[in-house]
Amino acid sequence: MTEQILIATLILAPLIGFFINGLRFRSPNGVLAGSIASVAAGISFLASVLLVLRLVDMPKEARQITAHFFDWIRVGDFSVPASFLVDPISAIMILVVTGVGTLIHIFSIGYMSHDPRPAKYFAYLNLFLFNMLLLVLGDNLLIMFVGWEGVGLCSYLLIGFWFTDREKAAAGMKAFITNRIGDAGFLLGIFTLFFAFGTVDFAELASRMPEVAEVGWTGPIALACLFLFIGATGKSAQIPLYVWLPDAMAGPTPVSALIHAATMVTAGVYMIVRMSHVFVLAPNVMMLIAVVGALTALLAALIGFTQNDIKKVLAYSTVSQLGFMFLGVGVGAFMPAMFHLMTHAFFKALMFLGSGSVIHAMHEEQDIRKMGGLWKLMPITHATFVVGWLAIIGMPPFAGFFSKDEILWYTMTGNMGHPILWLIGILAAVGTAFYMTRLMCLVFWGQSRVDSKVHPHEAPLNMTLPLIALAVLSAIGGWIGIPHALAQFIPGHPPHLLGDWIKPALVPLSLDPGSDLLELILMGVSVSLAGISAWFAYDSYLKNPSRPAELAKRLGRGYEVVANKYYVDEFYFGRIVNPLIALSKGLWAYVDVNFIDKATYFLSDLVAGGGRALRSLHGGNLQQYAMYIVLGLVVALIYVMI
Amino acid sequence: MLLSALVFLPLVYAVIIGVLPKTSWIRPTALGLSLLHFVLGLAIFLDFEKGVAALQLVEQRQWLPQFGISYFLGIDGISLWLVILTLAITPLVILGSWTSIENKLKTFHVSIFALLTTMLGSFLAMDAILFYIFFEASLIPMYFMIGIWGGSRRIYATVKFFIYTMVGSLLMLAAIIVLMLMTKAQLGGQMSASLLDFYQLQIGFVAGEFFTTQTLLMFAFALAFAIKVPMFPFHTWLPDAHVEAPTPGSVILAAIMLKMGSYGFMRMAFPLFPDAVEYWAWLFVFASALGIVYGALVAMVQPDMKKLVAYSSVSHMGYVMLGLFAFNIFGMTGGLYQMLNHGISTGALFLLVGMIYERTHSRQIADYGGLAQAAPWFSIVFLIVTMSSIAVPLTNGFVGEFLILLGAFGASKVYGVIAVTGVVLGAAYMLWMVKRVFFGPLSPMLSKYKPEQLDMNLRERVLMAPLVILIFWMGILPNHFLDWSKESIEHLVNNRYGYELSIHEKDGHNGR
Repeated sequence: MTEQILIATLILAPLIGFFINGLRFRSPNGVLAGSIASVAAGISFLASVLLVLRLVDMPKEARQITAHFFDWIRVGDFSVPASFLVDPISAIMILVVTGVGTLIHIFSIGYMSHDPRPAKYFAYLNLFLFNMLLLVLGDNLLIMFVGWEGVGLCSYLLIGFWFTDREKAAAGMKAFITNRIGDAGFLLGIFTLFFAFGTVDFAELASRMPEVAEVGWTGPIALACLFLFIGATGKSAQIPLYVWLPDAMAGPTPVSALIHAATMVTAGVYMIVRMSHVFVLAPNVMMLIAVVGALTALLAALIGFTQNDIKKVLAYSTVSQLGFMFLGVGVGAFMPAMFHLMTHAFFKALMFLGSGSVIHAMHEEQDIRKMGGLWKLMPITHATFVVGWLAIIGMPPFAGFFSKDEILWYTMTGNMGHPILWLIGILAAVGTAFYMTRLMCLVFWGQSRVDSKVHPHEAPLNMTLPLIALAVLSAIGGWIGIPHALAQFIPGHPPHLLGDWIKPALVPLSLDPGSDLLELILMGVSVSLAGISAWFAYDSYLKNPSRPAELAKRLGRGYEVVANKYYVDEFYFGRIVNPLIALSKGLWAYVDVNFIDKATYFLSDLVAGGGRALRSLHGGNLQQYAMYIVLGLVVALIYVMI
Repeated sequence: MLLSALVFLPLVYAVIIGVLPKTSWIRPTALGLSLLHFVLGLAIFLDFEKGVAALQLVEQRQWLPQFGISYFLGIDGISLWLVILTLAITPLVILGSWTSIENKLKTFHVSIFALLTTMLGSFLAMDAILFYIFFEASLIPMYFMIGIWGGSRRIYATVKFFIYTMVGSLLMLAAIIVLMLMTKAQLGGQMSASLLDFYQLQIGFVAGEFFTTQTLLMFAFALAFAIKVPMFPFHTWLPDAHVEAPTPGSVILAAIMLKMGSYGFMRMAFPLFPDAVEYWAWLFVFASALGIVYGALVAMVQPDMKKLVAYSSVSHMGYVMLGLFAFNIFGMTGGLYQMLNHGISTGALFLLVGMIYERTHSRQIADYGGLAQAAPWFSIVFLIVTMSSIAVPLTNGFVGEFLILLGAFGASKVYGVIAVTGVVLGAAYMLWMVKRVFFGPLSPMLSKYKPEQLDMNLRERVLMAPLVILIFWMGILPNHFLDWSKESIEHLVNNRYGYELSIHEKDGHNGR
């Protein structure tokens, strides 16, 4: 019973925060609004911690807390209760969502201090938390879908928060509609599973799965997984639906940190992990997921080389890191994918907030070519950003190293993995090291190129504290998953805490563990390649600043294509959206107005002509004429019947 | 007596309005009477028993016994919520027209009450001739409403509206007469127009042939209803009627009158002609799916807000019909629920468009921009209604649309997939309009007004509040509503062949 209250508190606290701030949306008092929202988020975090502690106390195989509130939809044999599940998988998510979420709420108080409508902003932020919690806690696909669409809605509202700017409003709309394409796939996935297995409840689905995997693409499981994966590509910005995420950077930067880096965009990964019992039975779809993930990781990393907007660099880096996670789930490395989801939430939220601190200090300047040398002026932001940088490029002992290497390790040795996928992953990691180092060089190091009118300064305490907290997490967060190959050299042989925690909740997989030696070698390869790549970037941007331009020139057309993001947006708009609008105008003008209406006029003229003829014969009126029609029809029908 | 009172008291109200000595009394009196009537309507819930599929609260009297025509009213789970919706929308329409209708106030309110009688009569009549009379009579006040208070092309729109719907219903009348003749032949020599007797008929059907009795009769009914719904390709009267109609007319038309068509399918076409409906279902399913996509696409490129909403109705009613023609419990339940949802969300959209039109006298999307900063309350409500319209979860629209899509997918995967594209297109046309009207910098037209001139006043907030509450109530706790209709829908789905509807006899003693 107390657990039910805890779950209710966890979910409802942000909703109450939303109502409080939402009803006073015109209030200009940002500190008050932010405090209300932060307290709401903090209460949720506290409830999460208490719930997870209860989970820890339970025996390993029975770690589950469920809470049933009411029946939401109940029609025929389709029944969806509003009920929620805390298990080791969702436990990680609620800690990340509410923990990182609370930090970002606090950071926002400072960041939004000059905004005229802070209450509205914080209301949306709380509403997002509420929906995100529905998404991760729902114990069936439909409650998950409620959160899934709900976070999309909040994302739409927050991207377009500064709606007086047409481009920002357009970015919000693009995000929503692109996500809707994915959501349509998600719905089809729900339908397919329901008609094949008669339930959309996660636990029941898992128990009704057949023993053997499906062959081919057209079985119900494969189809359902394919549809659900389409949903995941939308929400988690994978090829081919990733185009909305870079545009989503139009929103306030803390929003980018919370929604478009740490939490919402990882929902697709979470969904697949949650449904691991189903996905492993569709090996073809798993392969597709791994390939899409690997390609997204690489192609997005390449775009990262060419971007000059600090947030765009981070956005493409997010797309790329999400690709790593999908590579992970695709090769059956569900635990490492969740691991990377968690560490990524720490270091990417850190770097987005760091970039927010920079943008705030630079008076809304986002172009990294106009920055440089900020380390002196913003020491805390710089120091914390360095931690994030080391984590994302995979330097031990920072968090990203452990999680990324574990994904690559499974990709190489797991029985669903493949060396080519590993190679793509390594290339993406090498690319990441390059463009992230480039970012560091251009923003923080080297000569200052800051406009003389701008005087950057370090952020206030309520902004730097969240940075420090996230930096600590990015530094040591990976230690809960130290691989055996390394642990054997460390005194006390630390266990793989995360693996022990999460594995009972996942589908049991027999993944070939490979040898420790090979693991160490591969680790060495990836770390040294990333190191070299980072050094090369450092050398290119600080020591030989003319080299990047020369390289770009030498690459010529190839560089153009990458810098223009492979012309994907142009393709979508030129080949799909605009033709569709032209088609619709055509339908309206030619089908409705010129065909159906004209045909009707023709028919009615014909009838009216006949009517006139009748009138001249009988001197009748409209009613009489209507009666004749009826009588005629009756006669005709009776004739047909006989 | 309750149902008769519900149907005919509005005519008494119309007389009261007619004899009021002062013009300034008309609006408050009409509002008060319509609210009173709504409360009276809630009395249905005192007597209506959940968990019963049979016809309840029945009133039956002989009328023209030589033809077997009777005065026969009854209610079941299919008509229950449509009746409540009709009763609930009417006071909102009167409140919504408070300042927008200024001339011929008496005629206007008399028309509204006349409409109320005919619409309730259509949903409650269980005698085919009685139904036909109400169904047809409802055109007349609507005809006046568009013709007197409509826009510049109102005569064109009314004639189009009238001819379209008239042609369909004449065929239906012919079919009703044939059915009555059949009752005489089949049911012991006594002619009857009671639907309950119609359900008993054995109507000859030959698969694969068009000219068989059941097929012809089915199409005669279906055409009348399809025009009313309207289904593609009979929809072109709707955008014209909506654009020319005054706001109250549009609201009533969209929220209630269109449902008389989809209700007709459930009440008559499905149970009367089960073989023909099943055999020709592909045609209707095709038209519905086409309507969903076509309506959405054409809505997307409309320059006029009201026309956009009108075309969105074509798309939404396509969903309703697709759900009904899935013939399973999900589609049928979703279809019925979506009728209510569409009534609420589209009714609300027409009210909102009317509010802003009253201020700026423009419905052209291009004239707008940045309205969100000038009129925050208006924008919030509009956004909530938009969410309902594009079926975001926790709003009513989601429950209906989800069940329809589930049912459609269960009946045919191909149509399920086609219909799901409407989910994307629906978001596209609504959000694109929202973006152009509400976001961006303040447009030159809007900057001529002070913000307090543009935003909702107290009356308008009161008017929209119940609709907003319903959007969430129906979205979060759909069982509060569906439980009342469950038995009737299941009865229809499970017994479409050999459908029978009995009259529910109460225990009698408890007298409540």
